[in-house]
Amino acid sequence: MDQAILKVDNLTKVFSRKGKPDFTAVDHISFTMHPGECVGLIGESGSGKTTVVNMITRLLDPTEGSIILGGEDITRFSGRELRKVYARMQMVFQTPTDSFDPRCTLGDGIGESLRNNGWSRKETKDEVTRLLEMCGLSADFASRYPHQVSGGQCQRAAIARALAIKPRLLICDEATSSLDVTIQKEIIALLNKLRWEKGSDLSILFICHDIALVQQFCNRVLVLYKGKIVEQGEPDEVIRNPQDPYTRHLIDSIL
Amino acid sequence: MSEPTIRIQKIKKDTVKTRLIIFGILALILLFCSVFCEHLTPYDPYLQDLKNAKAPPSPEHLFGTDRYGRDMLSRVIVGSKTSIFSTLLLVGIVTVLGTMVGVFCGWHGKWIDTVLMRISDMFLAFPGLVFAMAVAGVLGGGLQNAIIALVAISWPKYARIARSQTLAQKETPYLKAARLSGSGTWKIIFKHILPNIVGPIFVTSMLDIGTMMMELAGLSFLGLGAKPPTAEWGSMMSDARSLLSSVPWVTLAPGFAIFVSVMIFNLLGDTIRDYADPKSRGR
Repeated sequence: MDQAILKVDNLTKVFSRKGKPDFTAVDHISFTMHPGECVGLIGESGSGKTTVVNMITRLLDPTEGSIILGGEDITRFSGRELRKVYARMQMVFQTPTDSFDPRCTLGDGIGESLRNNGWSRKETKDEVTRLLEMCGLSADFASRYPHQVSGGQCQRAAIARALAIKPRLLICDEATSSLDVTIQKEIIALLNKLRWEKGSDLSILFICHDIALVQQFCNRVLVLYKGKIVEQGEPDEVIRNPQDPYTRHLIDSIL
Repeated sequence: MSEPTIRIQKIKKDTVKTRLIIFGILALILLFCSVFCEHLTPYDPYLQDLKNAKAPPSPEHLFGTDRYGRDMLSRVIVGSKTSIFSTLLLVGIVTVLGTMVGVFCGWHGKWIDTVLMRISDMFLAFPGLVFAMAVAGVLGGGLQNAIIALVAISWPKYARIARSQTLAQKETPYLKAARLSGSGTWKIIFKHILPNIVGPIFVTSMLDIGTMMMELAGLSFLGLGAKPPTAEWGSMMSDARSLLSSVPWVTLAPGFAIFVSVMIFNLLGDTIRDYADPKSRGR
């Protein structure tokens, strides 16, 4: 294996609350992702999944631990340095419509990262068209507003936005949870297609609470419970032979 | 059952639109008057004609004349320039300044937010007009100083609104997405935050035009604003108040002008609020 794309070491987040004891949302978790790998992170709501990704994307400052992206420690980056990091790491959010500014067109949203990296207006427009087509939308979606398109179409546009800058790491934070089952399938098919096209240039961290989805989509799965990784391994292995009582409970509740 | 409900909603929506058009046009007429006031006056508002002093309203002088024989109608029209323009300027400055402080506090957070918000609490703790009088008194009279005094007491309200709106925006996924796209602070503020919070702030400032106009006229009435012989409604009323029993029209004419313009701008603000908020429109 070549160099790890993402290495998370002892990552911890403690929320201190007035008058109440501190709450540890994420408790010393460590994992590594390799190029081209697709890792699933599953756990019930409140288990700290979103806190983990918010820390990896540096939208939230970790209390302890380090995040190493492509060999570079980004844990203490800020300002200009941090903005550069976002060219290598992008995220797809849980709520497609809310993840686009209601006052901007989808095209503006998709092209924003390109414009910020010095692309001209013309180049950006052409690239946005290409990205939309890659994600199965026609070019005229660029001039629409988020409330004018359906959730599934919006999520496709969100994937187009995330891939615009050609990141090496794509984080999907429950990217399919708010969509209905058929649309969910389409989005997974799209992500699968992109994975094949990009090969080892794209790694995906897939946050989900649906273990069946993770089984068909990911190479490896991490089970998060109360801020700790309680189990990890290949999805088939974990499902067939769960070691931790919580994982067993999770699997039982689906089957 | 469903049909009548639909009909009621339709009528409601239409009245809001009609009201918006009516008050919009009335406000535009007022603005038009204040822009072209020099050309609309029947007489020179500063020309004294002592033979004709204290003349009651008549076909020649619709609002009568004051104690120097100046035509009141002309003076009220010319006064609209000072009164309406200063008010709009005042509201504009307060809105921009308050919004800037609020967005900065909401975005930056930390200690600077705490310090600025405690300062705004201090300003809010004083009764508004009394504080404005104190400030204007310290700075000395004059329209400029009256505007400065009113800006000083009014900005916290806008800072509060802008701050709370910014805080709400900060947590939205699209703002996180904007940060992830590598946009800098300024771009995020001007492209994503401001367009999304400008609605409620604009409504507040429209509603405030009437109040500000009264407060500005009030300061002038107390001698802390425009100075005679400048035609300004507040100072004109103050000037003539000793003669209220003998020549009431000299006081009533500018008073009536204040009443009408405050009313129009208040109703316009109300209508814009209803129009901007579809939830209250539907009911």
